[in-house]
Amino acid sequence: MGLLDVFKKIEPDKKKSPVLHTFYDAVFTFAFSPDEVTTGKGVHVRDGMDLKRTMIHVVLPLGILVLLGAYNIGHQHFLAQGAYGGVLEGFGLKFLYGFIKLLPLIIVANVVGLGIEIITAARKGHAVEEGFIVSGALIPLIMPPDLPLWILAVSVAFAVIIGKEAFGGTGMNIWNIALLSRVFVFFAYPTTIAGDNVWVAGYEKLAPGESTDYGFFINKIVNPVLDLFGSAKFEAATIIDGFSGATPLSIAAKEGWDAVLMQYSEAQMFWGLIPGSNGEMFKPLIILGAIFLIITGIASWRIMLSMIIGAAVTAMLLNAWGASPMMDVPWFFQFYMGSFLFAMAFMATDPVTASSTNTGKWIYGIIIGSVGMIIRAINPAYPEGWMLSILFANTFAATIDHYVVQANITKRLKRA
Amino acid sequence: MNKGLKFLIVLALQLTMITSASAQSAGGSTNGFVIGLIVLGVLLLVWAIIAITDNLLQIEAGKAGIDTEKNNMGLFPSVKSVFSKNTPAFAQNDHFVRLNKGYNLRLEGEAEKVDEGNAHVTRFAVSPYDFRGISPIPKVVVEVGDEVKAGDVLFFDKKNPDVKYTAPVSGEIVDITRGAKRSISNVVVLADKEQQYAQFDVPSLDASREELVDFLQASGAWSLLNQRPFDIIPSATAIPRNIFISTFDTAPLAPSTHILLDGNEEAFAKGVEVLSKLTSGKVHLGLDGKSTPSAALSGINNAEIHYFSGPHPAGNVGIQIHHIDPIKLCDDVVWTVDFQDAIILGRLFKDGVYNTSKVVAVTGAELNEPKYVKTYTGANIGELVKDNLANDHIRLISGDVYSGDKKSEDDFLGFRDNQITVVEEGDNYEMFGWLLPISPRPSISNTFPNFLYPNFKFRADTNTHGEKRAFVVTGQYEKVLPMDIYPQALMKSILTQDMERMEGLGIAELSEEDIAICEFVCTSKTPMQQILRDGLDMMREQL
Repeated sequence: MGLLDVFKKIEPDKKKSPVLHTFYDAVFTFAFSPDEVTTGKGVHVRDGMDLKRTMIHVVLPLGILVLLGAYNIGHQHFLAQGAYGGVLEGFGLKFLYGFIKLLPLIIVANVVGLGIEIITAARKGHAVEEGFIVSGALIPLIMPPDLPLWILAVSVAFAVIIGKEAFGGTGMNIWNIALLSRVFVFFAYPTTIAGDNVWVAGYEKLAPGESTDYGFFINKIVNPVLDLFGSAKFEAATIIDGFSGATPLSIAAKEGWDAVLMQYSEAQMFWGLIPGSNGEMFKPLIILGAIFLIITGIASWRIMLSMIIGAAVTAMLLNAWGASPMMDVPWFFQFYMGSFLFAMAFMATDPVTASSTNTGKWIYGIIIGSVGMIIRAINPAYPEGWMLSILFANTFAATIDHYVVQANITKRLKRA
Repeated sequence: MNKGLKFLIVLALQLTMITSASAQSAGGSTNGFVIGLIVLGVLLLVWAIIAITDNLLQIEAGKAGIDTEKNNMGLFPSVKSVFSKNTPAFAQNDHFVRLNKGYNLRLEGEAEKVDEGNAHVTRFAVSPYDFRGISPIPKVVVEVGDEVKAGDVLFFDKKNPDVKYTAPVSGEIVDITRGAKRSISNVVVLADKEQQYAQFDVPSLDASREELVDFLQASGAWSLLNQRPFDIIPSATAIPRNIFISTFDTAPLAPSTHILLDGNEEAFAKGVEVLSKLTSGKVHLGLDGKSTPSAALSGINNAEIHYFSGPHPAGNVGIQIHHIDPIKLCDDVVWTVDFQDAIILGRLFKDGVYNTSKVVAVTGAELNEPKYVKTYTGANIGELVKDNLANDHIRLISGDVYSGDKKSEDDFLGFRDNQITVVEEGDNYEMFGWLLPISPRPSISNTFPNFLYPNFKFRADTNTHGEKRAFVVTGQYEKVLPMDIYPQALMKSILTQDMERMEGLGIAELSEEDIAICEFVCTSKTPMQQILRDGLDMMREQL
């Protein structure tokens, strides 16, 4: 128990430096589960599950999505240059580029979010609750790769302070924290998250014909190192003619499903090699992640299933209506595009912001599926609806619960 | 009864054939979606017609005076009979409830054999703390040094002087201990080698209810009864609507029914007969539906038999009441009686003596030899586990690990407890214990490989495995509580002291032992039993 002694020795004083102590406590309880025993006034033996373990099991599948997200950022970047077209060509460079883009997002989101959590926990005098472990893993995955770091920092701060701490911390928030930070960017800095140019990294600010500027870090540090090993390095290039960073969704909204298939194959969309938010496209892995969450019992299968039902039925109805190109997309292919599966597996199932009763979860999921599909088909400005529909359903989750619970009360009072 | 279902299937098949035929004839240009909609519409129409017919049949049956809940009078087989497994043969004629929700916590250290002859417990005590609703400083009528017989009065509640609390064994009063604020914590009796019993004039069972109640109160047997809601000593004036006895215990390491019942069949039958005279309704017995019950239980007179099959808490009387005839609101009164206490009650009427002899299961992984011990109510815990502890870093629990009380070796077995559980204290740090646990630990979560080994027996300790948090995870309580109750909503209403909501959400139906399984599984480590008791106390003050 050598490490334990070291930890005990460096414990900061709780009164003199509360913030430091809270930070210490968070790290310590991360490294060692505490020696706390049951009080003797209730159960004597407790289930081995705690909030840390719950949260980390959501982060595990997200970790794989981070790796693939990094790869896809690089892949899309080089596609725009017309270089390394094959999936395995330039594999290392693609990963490297993706990580150079993604890592700062991950670090900034977590430093800002956890920093605020620790300071508020210290002010309130309780331990840091684990809610942000998942938010911090989700936020980088749902942002565009080129998002300026200061905007990310502001959005995370907004989500954590206004969205969570103002309501009393983990477990008390009404809206999903990760989505709240994204919706903040969406409304406050729309140009960074909407349009055809933001989903492929490195080209947002380029004038036509101008070549990529890799900036100081890659030019002066990464490239010389790559040179040292004699491997291929980053070379400035212009965007190839006719390249469009448009996502399948934005094409579908304007020109319909056939136009989408002209640019992207179905397999490409299924495997996720398309432009989009950093981690939302790898359908097979997201499905595996969803199955993992269902088997471990962390996420509610009721929400996922009812969301699929809601979205599918709405898409069928929209097919029947067929008033716009998006409505004409065959209902099944709606699931190929955009972030439906990611939203279903990781966003809608957040237990704090979802309905808490089992009946409520069915209603909640159907609302998300159906409203999201309607927004996708009808919203003229932005062809994706899950963020807004989940936040919408979050708003009504407590109301749904209220009526479900009230039905139980009425039943009991009637019996008397 | 299956005719309706068959008809529906044939109809659906025909419809699909017709539509597929028409789709083929129309060629490729037909919109599959439109056809689908038409099929759906036709099916809905057919379903509506059948549903209306079915309802009309049920209504007619109701008018003809047939109980439609028990006899299926509709077109379809009931959902239950299609999906549920068949009712076992022994329960064909009785009410059978299959419960799917719950969790069996399997622990090491189950008692197997009865330790014959070597009843070395010498000290017994009655503690006023075990009786909820009496004042903390009752009037003690004995003094240290007095000799008492089993059934002699030890103390009574000054507010309710008719109800006497009597000695479980004969012997010398050796100690009257006091707890906080001079409350009486234990009246300790050093037992005689040969038990002396106070002889009672037992009234005949045809006597009036008042006479029986007076006798029970004077002999101390009244304290064996429990009034729900609130789990209090019954008031003499409120006649219970029903009396419930659970004849089996599903809690971890709980004593098994056949050992408790062995040799006490007659006494139990007598006890049930006595109880049936005290209620305006019935005595309901909850039997284990997993195996063929003893004939002494299934063939009992004066009571209605109900079978319950399922994981813990199926054996909790609170769960059984919920499925038999739920407690309505807080002013509804029912009684529950512990299985062994019913035997003691029966003995009183059979033999005319207050003989509290009972079997106690001494269990737990930290014992050299878990076993059953024949002793009396309120036995000293230290003497029960003497020379049997394998470890000295332990917690002694009077009762089971879910809802028992933490005790020391000087303490005594709780008045209604039939079990001692010894578990290891878990006050050690574990490196990355939350992520990569070193030792197997019980959990309902599938993030542990536990679900692959359903018969594995755990060596659980008292570590909380995490710190207290706000409510985050939802649906976990509903998974283990086989009641139509929303525990999380109820907890929140208690925390916000919303009495009306508490009552509406069913606080009257619950007691600590029922909610204990929810507290066990709680990811946020919420002290649910304590919160529930606070709520119950709040409600009780209101009444």
